[in-house]
Amino acid sequence: MEFLGYRRTDGTVGIRNHILIMPTVVCANQVARAISANVKGTTWFEHQHGCSQLSPDAAQTARAFIGHGVHPNVYGVVVVGLGCEVVRAQEVAAEIKKQCPYKPVHVVIIQDEGGSYKAIQAGSIAAHHMVLDASVLKRQSIDVSELILGTECGGSDACSGLAANPSLGAASDLLVDAGGTSILAETPELIGAEHIIAGRAVNEDVARRCYATIKACEDSAKAMGVDMRGGNPTPGNIEGGLSSIEEKSLGCVYKGGSRPLQDVIGWAEKITKKGLIYMDTPGNDIEQLTGMVAGGCHICVFTTGRGTPTGSPIAPTIKVSSNTPMYERMKDNMDVNAGTVITGDETVQQVGQRIFAEMLEVASGKITKAEVLGHNDFGIWRIGPTM
Amino acid sequence: MSKFTAIVMKAADNVATVTEKVAANTEVTMNVEGNLLTVCAKDMIPFGHKVAICAISSGEKIIKYGEVIGKATRDIQIGEHTHVHNLGGCRGRGDLEN
Repeated sequence: MEFLGYRRTDGTVGIRNHILIMPTVVCANQVARAISANVKGTTWFEHQHGCSQLSPDAAQTARAFIGHGVHPNVYGVVVVGLGCEVVRAQEVAAEIKKQCPYKPVHVVIIQDEGGSYKAIQAGSIAAHHMVLDASVLKRQSIDVSELILGTECGGSDACSGLAANPSLGAASDLLVDAGGTSILAETPELIGAEHIIAGRAVNEDVARRCYATIKACEDSAKAMGVDMRGGNPTPGNIEGGLSSIEEKSLGCVYKGGSRPLQDVIGWAEKITKKGLIYMDTPGNDIEQLTGMVAGGCHICVFTTGRGTPTGSPIAPTIKVSSNTPMYERMKDNMDVNAGTVITGDETVQQVGQRIFAEMLEVASGKITKAEVLGHNDFGIWRIGPTM
Repeated sequence: MSKFTAIVMKAADNVATVTEKVAANTEVTMNVEGNLLTVCAKDMIPFGHKVAICAISSGEKIIKYGEVIGKATRDIQIGEHTHVHNLGGCRGRGDLEN
């Protein structure tokens, strides 16, 4: 089974060919946005971080930037810094270049360029040439075993765990059986379902790390001295019929299908193994998506019951609705309807096959609705205080 | 299949999820691992919400997917809407610590 992708010089595979304009600090957001607006064919993201962070926290932030820069869906990168920040643009660019020597990487430092307009000009010219060069690349047949799927759910309702998540789990199993990789994440939404995922671990060490990761998350929630209900599940989840975090988790865990769990990795860490992998991320949709994409996930399949528009700037994000009324109401955003499981018109397996077929189409170049809408959602999981 | 108006995931479950909005005093039908079960809803049950398919005593575990999703915070009668007003989560309860 194959799809049409871009084979990079180092052998990695991309399913998009983006030129990414990346600010490494909040102070560089405006310049990065202006460069992207100037140069058709580029994408960009913004964030609130990159400075006043302690080193473990700054390292995690830098890991997200570097993971996006080296991502095989990205042809070239313009890294934009201010000049005095903690997460240095020069160092981020150097690490991207070290990991991917073949990749065009250009650094713009606003203070060195002599202000915003000059920085915008320098970055725009560099991006302009990258767009022209990237346009020459041709897609070629790539075996599906090279594809990395990120599974996600957000704005869940009670149908998520009955229809969309089991269907995505079936698609995940199809990919894993074909030799590919699938990511399960969202640690808070495994509270109450840890025995299910840990029970599929390939060895005791992986099982132990599952339990420890989920316990640490629950302990940090409990340290706030409140019932986590209302924060997660959210008011919208509760209106959708979810009554507790356990109920939400037991529906969420279906996204990971039924195949053995190979490993547990940290947020935004590079995905190197095949099969099903658990990445420790927040339940927050944007921080989860950013972590999975920074780890190298090519494509995200995102289930939702309430309806959410989220999309990564560099990894296509396929939206799967858990129920037909929302699919009809939010056709602007939904790519696939799994509500047919609820009405009894299709089985979970049938919808899983439709999701898998859509994944291959999108991997080959079909555009998702979140891409048409211009989503470039990017969220950093902070683990330290702002200084 | 479409004649059923609720889904029961496992035979051990004591709640069902309704697949359409159910008016109070209406029958809810479901397939419990091959057996037809009918319960009369005592309350209006919104789409996607749960209805008790057994009587559940205060403090008793509430089961969906064959797993514990919380405990009853008061006695729940068969046919009652089962949600945050009568179901308490057991996990992430910082409010119950110390």
